[in-house]
Amino acid sequence: MADQADFADQAMEYMPQLYSAALRMTRNASDAEDLVQETYLKAYRGFGGYKEGTNLKAWMYRILTNTFINSYRAKKRRPDETELDEVEDLYLYRRLGGLEAAQAGRSAEDELMDWFTDDEVKDAIEHLPENFRLAVLLADVEGFAYKEIAEILDIPIGTVMSRLHRGRKALQKELYEYALQRGLTDRLPEPEGAGATEPVDRQPAHTGTTAHDD
Amino acid sequence: MAEHPQHDHQHEPVDCEAALAEIYTYLDGELTDEKRLLIAGHLEGCNPCIEAFDFEAELRMVISTRCRNDELPETLRIRIAQKLTLIARGDDVDGGDEGARSVEA
Repeated sequence: MADQADFADQAMEYMPQLYSAALRMTRNASDAEDLVQETYLKAYRGFGGYKEGTNLKAWMYRILTNTFINSYRAKKRRPDETELDEVEDLYLYRRLGGLEAAQAGRSAEDELMDWFTDDEVKDAIEHLPENFRLAVLLADVEGFAYKEIAEILDIPIGTVMSRLHRGRKALQKELYEYALQRGLTDRLPEPEGAGATEPVDRQPAHTGTTAHDD
Repeated sequence: MAEHPQHDHQHEPVDCEAALAEIYTYLDGELTDEKRLLIAGHLEGCNPCIEAFDFEAELRMVISTRCRNDELPETLRIRIAQKLTLIARGDDVDGGDEGARSVEA
């Protein structure tokens, strides 16, 4: 049983992270501020229910997520609550993995950092359908374990894993579009797609031995 | 998976396909010790898989780093601190109307 007087000391440090998460969830700054404020007020009032010594960060995220789902999702529901397309495994690696080898002398991480800007990564996450976005956010940005995510979202661990799996692949597909826009790489032909890499070769081959009738 | 050559290490209980199938659970630190060691063992001898695992790990790091720099508005931090103080004093900011300010004086 936690003492309310300790709440500020313990919980205020999470505010920057919670605000970032709120931005990804609500996709706008004003809603994010409201969401964080509401989260802190609820957390303070309910602090007696927090068990001292357990994971306070997870407890705060649970309140944040629940508040978001209950108050903001309904209000802002978008037509994106559909299922995701199937995306092949290692989608980005298969398309960009070779680029790092081509640029020797720098770590792959440096390269990846250069490939995507802050805004691109944030946009890519914010484009994910909500269920997948929350799972990816909690795992890959906040670093929660499956079990913690299951508790935060109140879903079974198997569901956490499948949402993560598909959400991550969809995220990679989004990021790939940014890489293409920046000209980092040429579009890899889809398996059955039009595979032409050099559209210039349209002109008839005029190796010109026979067909000239000058 | 076709792009990853199958190594014929007879003694290796984990092949490329099996290793790549666990790439996320491995990076997430969610495997049992036994399974994790099996995959680590495979990675030691398989460069194509190491590259794929490294790529995913680095991508993960980039994603979390890129999402960490939103600036918390100072006004929000102050507003929340003030509201918590008011509640602590017994003025429930959400419950009542604006009349609760008198305690400040």
